[in-house]
Amino acid sequence: MTALVAQVAAPSRILNLARPGELSLAIAPDLVLCGGAMLLLLYAAWRPESVAHQRRVGVGAMAVALATLVAVVLVSFLGWSSSGGPVAVDGFRWASDVIFLLAAIVAIGLAMDYNAREGITAPESHVLILFATVGMMIMAAARDLMVLFLGIETMSVAVYVLVGMNRRSARSAEGALKYFLLGAFSTAFLLYGIALVYGATGSTNLSVIGGRISALSLLESPMLLVGVALLFVGFGFKVAAAPFHMWAPDVYEGAPTPITAWMAAAVKAAAFAAFLRLLIEAFGHLYMAWHDALWWLAAITMFVGNLVALQQRNLKRMLAYSSIGHTGFLLVAATSATPQAAGAFLFYLLAYTLATMGAFAVIMALGSGEQPRENVEDFHGLWNERPGLAVAMTVFMLAMLGFPIFGGMGFFAKWYVLQAALDAVAPQTRLAVMLVLATTISAGYYLHVVMVMFMKPRPEMAPPLPAPGQMARAVIVATVVLLLAFGVFPDPAVRWARSGTQLVPAMPAAAAIPAPAGQ
Amino acid sequence: MIPEALALSAVLFTIGTIGVLTRRNAIVIFMCVELMLNAVNLTFVALSKLYGVTGQVFVVFVMTVAAAEAAVGLAIIIAIFRHGQTVNLKNINLLKG
Repeated sequence: MTALVAQVAAPSRILNLARPGELSLAIAPDLVLCGGAMLLLLYAAWRPESVAHQRRVGVGAMAVALATLVAVVLVSFLGWSSSGGPVAVDGFRWASDVIFLLAAIVAIGLAMDYNAREGITAPESHVLILFATVGMMIMAAARDLMVLFLGIETMSVAVYVLVGMNRRSARSAEGALKYFLLGAFSTAFLLYGIALVYGATGSTNLSVIGGRISALSLLESPMLLVGVALLFVGFGFKVAAAPFHMWAPDVYEGAPTPITAWMAAAVKAAAFAAFLRLLIEAFGHLYMAWHDALWWLAAITMFVGNLVALQQRNLKRMLAYSSIGHTGFLLVAATSATPQAAGAFLFYLLAYTLATMGAFAVIMALGSGEQPRENVEDFHGLWNERPGLAVAMTVFMLAMLGFPIFGGMGFFAKWYVLQAALDAVAPQTRLAVMLVLATTISAGYYLHVVMVMFMKPRPEMAPPLPAPGQMARAVIVATVVLLLAFGVFPDPAVRWARSGTQLVPAMPAAAAIPAPAGQ
Repeated sequence: MIPEALALSAVLFTIGTIGVLTRRNAIVIFMCVELMLNAVNLTFVALSKLYGVTGQVFVVFVMTVAAAEAAVGLAIIIAIFRHGQTVNLKNINLLKG
């Protein structure tokens, strides 16, 4: 397979990004998505708001995202690369883009059902998901701090609006306000960090920064170290790592359920992709300086997320804390900082995205306009009333837990992260042990959900459950099938994740980081 | 000249941070965030005296983004005012776990 791809892409081009024509080739998929989203926004404003129009725009938005996905896959097979320049053209970028676009398609599908049910007629909600996805794709591509900043803001501004999309709900507005204030606050930290890194190195280009750090021996420069620390705080907020996670549960609970699902998956993935590229390409030589900080961040995040999740009765809040726990697991991969870890990271993100979106789709399918049904009690005896949903939810919970076979991909995801942590040059043995312990804790709440669905009786006076919408049903079936299929045959997913490792480039030769062995 | 500008912007940034952490009115918090962003702008402008035009270009982007953020942020603040007739975070606490 890989050999075949190599043949097709024989004259793999090195794009010269200084030329406008070649630069636009390098960002072609992003341009497709951006242009499509703008046209769709015009169409959305063309007709009066109605549920039917909202659905039409939703279908259009899914089509645009699908077209972009095709463009990304095509471009990734061409095997282009770039030397320097403001955007990266590599497998890590394309692999991350696939996750963002899949998540966007699923989220738009769920939002179509949800909007119709809740009486949200604003068609632009689907277009905003596309605009945020443009921001994510820019973040995954950014090889310049300026581009990175613009990507983050393109995404964030759209997400602020989406959290508050349900204008009749006071909770939605409160979630939006909290997300906005903390998002803007964290942006300021990020930006000050960028300014100080620029001040210390004189450049905003990641590879130039990496080069100057070693050439000018800036390892001890206080300006640089303070800048890196501020960047860590900024990204800590964006990925919801403890102790910067306080906003996440409130925002996830307040936001419309499809948006919560998408934020927990794609928004987090985008921040992580940008963070990983920054750590490896720009600050690889500083590994010794940031290793301890990231180590503690990972350790604290794993335990805080999973321990607090144990006490939650609201399932959206529980999944919010569990997603903080997963942030910790992903940070373990980031701490290892090897190409192998980047592959494990991508694989984990795919498994986590599928499981999270599926689980939120089940929560959405149970609720109706007046009754959100987000508490654990609402899942009592689900097996007797909706066996399909109960089985699907079991798969999602086991996947997040990392259970073999019935958890599908989830098991391999944890396995690869552990393997990457232990095989790193500075083996993260203690982090690996903590990851296993934290996973054991998480069994306490994941298995509790499974237990109540199958073993508790349905409350007698409970009103009948609504029939799940078409889109929700399609999403649940698709995510279950993908999770289980990749659990039995992980090869395609592994190959996809590896395509992202070969191309996390410019692995620093200095510091303690090895050449990729046996890849 | 440059060290003084950098020190001033650090002071401004700190004032903004303290404001965000201690104030409870959503609009005042937002103003403090804007102060932080402008402190960063000052840093960029001062540094561009050393390194050339990149810093100034960055400032233009930051201002554009800050304007977009203000548009969305003020709309959200209005939305929340319509629900509770208040923009004080002390009184905005539906979401608790």
